[in-house]
Amino acid sequence: MKKQADGANAARNARRNFLRNSAVLTGGAFAGNALAQNAADNAPPNVPAWMKKEGRALSDGQYGLPSAFEKNVLRRGRGDQVMPGSGSAMTPLQNLRGMITPNGLVFERSHAGIPEIDPAQHRLMLHGMVKQPLVFTMEDLMRFPSVSRIHFLECSGNTSREWKSPFGKSVQVSHGLLSCCEWTGVALSTILEEAGVQPGAQWVLAEGADAAAMTRSVPMAKALEDAMLVYAQNGEALRPENGYPLRLFLPGFEGNMSIKWLRRLKVAAEPFMTREETSKYTDSLPDGTARLFTFSMDAKSVITYPAPDHKLARRGFYEISGLAWTGNGRIRRVDVSTDGGRNWREAALQEPVLSRAVTRFRLPWQWDGNATILQSRALDDSGYVQPNRAQLVAQRGLHSNYHYNAIQSWAVAASGEISNVHA
Amino acid sequence: MSTHKFIRAVSTVVLMCVPFVVHAQSKFAIGTPASEREIKGWDIDVSPNGAGLPAGGGSVAEGGKLYAAKCAACHGAKGEGKPADRLVGGQGTLKAAAPVKTIGSFWPYATTVFDYVYRAMPYSAPQSLSANETYALTAYLLHMNGILGAEATLDAASLAKIRMPNRDGFVGDGRPDTGNLPCRSECK
Ligand code: HEC
Repeated sequence: MKKQADGANAARNARRNFLRNSAVLTGGAFAGNALAQNAADNAPPNVPAWMKKEGRALSDGQYGLPSAFEKNVLRRGRGDQVMPGSGSAMTPLQNLRGMITPNGLVFERSHAGIPEIDPAQHRLMLHGMVKQPLVFTMEDLMRFPSVSRIHFLECSGNTSREWKSPFGKSVQVSHGLLSCCEWTGVALSTILEEAGVQPGAQWVLAEGADAAAMTRSVPMAKALEDAMLVYAQNGEALRPENGYPLRLFLPGFEGNMSIKWLRRLKVAAEPFMTREETSKYTDSLPDGTARLFTFSMDAKSVITYPAPDHKLARRGFYEISGLAWTGNGRIRRVDVSTDGGRNWREAALQEPVLSRAVTRFRLPWQWDGNATILQSRALDDSGYVQPNRAQLVAQRGLHSNYHYNAIQSWAVAASGEISNVHA
Repeated sequence: MSTHKFIRAVSTVVLMCVPFVVHAQSKFAIGTPASEREIKGWDIDVSPNGAGLPAGGGSVAEGGKLYAAKCAACHGAKGEGKPADRLVGGQGTLKAAAPVKTIGSFWPYATTVFDYVYRAMPYSAPQSLSANETYALTAYLLHMNGILGAEATLDAASLAKIRMPNRDGFVGDGRPDTGNLPCRSECK
């Protein structure tokens, strides 16, 4: 009897919560207005309305979501994809603060949609030039010694629209094929050792369990250096769009090679020359040739505040903030120019500065209200200096598509509007 | 032999008799040996030397019929593209102001056409084509690009022998190729 009554109460509470939540959701459009109208009512000396009643019920049994007031912080595509499953959705860098990308905002790039995979039925096959071909369940893979590391993931097509003319009207569109997470899994070298690699093996083919059966050839040196088989990002299981339940992760290499929904690894002497490493993900040069196997992501940086997504409301103090990263190792220095590249000041780097992870940089700035151009320039510990666009174009022409890492220029108008320019 | 190893060796022998065999010589003894049958079902990749190409064959004529039925809606009646990738033409344009990159003008290996179509096309029904159908479609795409004649047929041996027009069009990673200097003051 008691049990039944409890059940009825729970149902009533659930209903009440539901009504309350849906009121928040449907009211979202004018919730902002109401707040604006009554803003003064909740400011001192008045006691805010939300202090005068009990807040909503706790989150027992729910997966936490951002505040309803953050509803515009979303991944977005360019809206130009041929098929719903072939394209990308980018990270809103203009809204992010530290170095970690929250899981719901990690960029996605897929070639044939997001498969729904039951981890209990998922298998990883390891075969080819190994002593013992093996099949692993997810449970098997999670039994191996694990590692966690913070690394960026960048699509080599990030900023590819900026080669010819300034394209992105938002830093999300220009640079949002970039995310940085803590990745957890097992070192690929551990698994390769388990199967026993045969002499002469130089490459590993990685294949996804999506409808594209996405495949890339990975050099054995990278597989043994720091490649991971990842099952968790930022502490929880991978998100479906990021490869659930298992993906390859190659720190500092172009994102496409970190095969999602990984189902097969084949060890071989020669690369496989898949469509994704010949027709695509090769970099065309002015003489008609194209670079093959351009794996590493070079040093790059971008100012994420202020960016075209923002408007400077008044002259005065601003903290310029942005991200710098390099596939070569660590960021050593970031210089920022607030006068279109004439003079540069060294930005402060937020610790920890990790290898093959994004580094947050910051520089205090007094805006005098005049039009100017903001730029950032990354230097990494290999001595590499982020190039300007003219240097890139002089070497690679306008049709390389991938690996565009030029210094980005944001023009600040006297009105405080910010726009993407080539300078 | 340590007790631990002994137990593992014995249990391996015991386990040999049941379908779930634990491999003995590895450090962790995690995972199950892959059987030939299991590998055969998943091992779909094709290498430039033709390794991995299945038995079978197909003709340009058969490929033409299949293409019209299964591919033209997305790649155009003549492979001209729209809405999906253009598959035909563009030879001689790689140095031009607007390069056109297709199977015929850009792809270095014909084996890649087979590999990709077999694994990923048609887009809405991947891995539905038979080996014969894939040979025929590959033959047709190569014919449309002027690489095979109208009467041609393809099988594993003949496909691996094809030399693509842009076979020598690829170079290594030339980076670092931009020597920027980190000038700090009065740089412009
Ligand atoms: C429903 C639309 C659709 C159909 C039908 C279709 N394709 Fe595709 N095809 C695509 C899309 C989309 C891509 C690009 C996928 C990606 O984003 O990687 C593609 C890519 C390709 C490519 C690679 C092009 C390049 O330059 O890299 C080839 C080759 C190809 N398709 C062949 C075929 C063949 C052969 C068929 C018929 C058996 C076929 N397609 C049917 C949509 C389609």
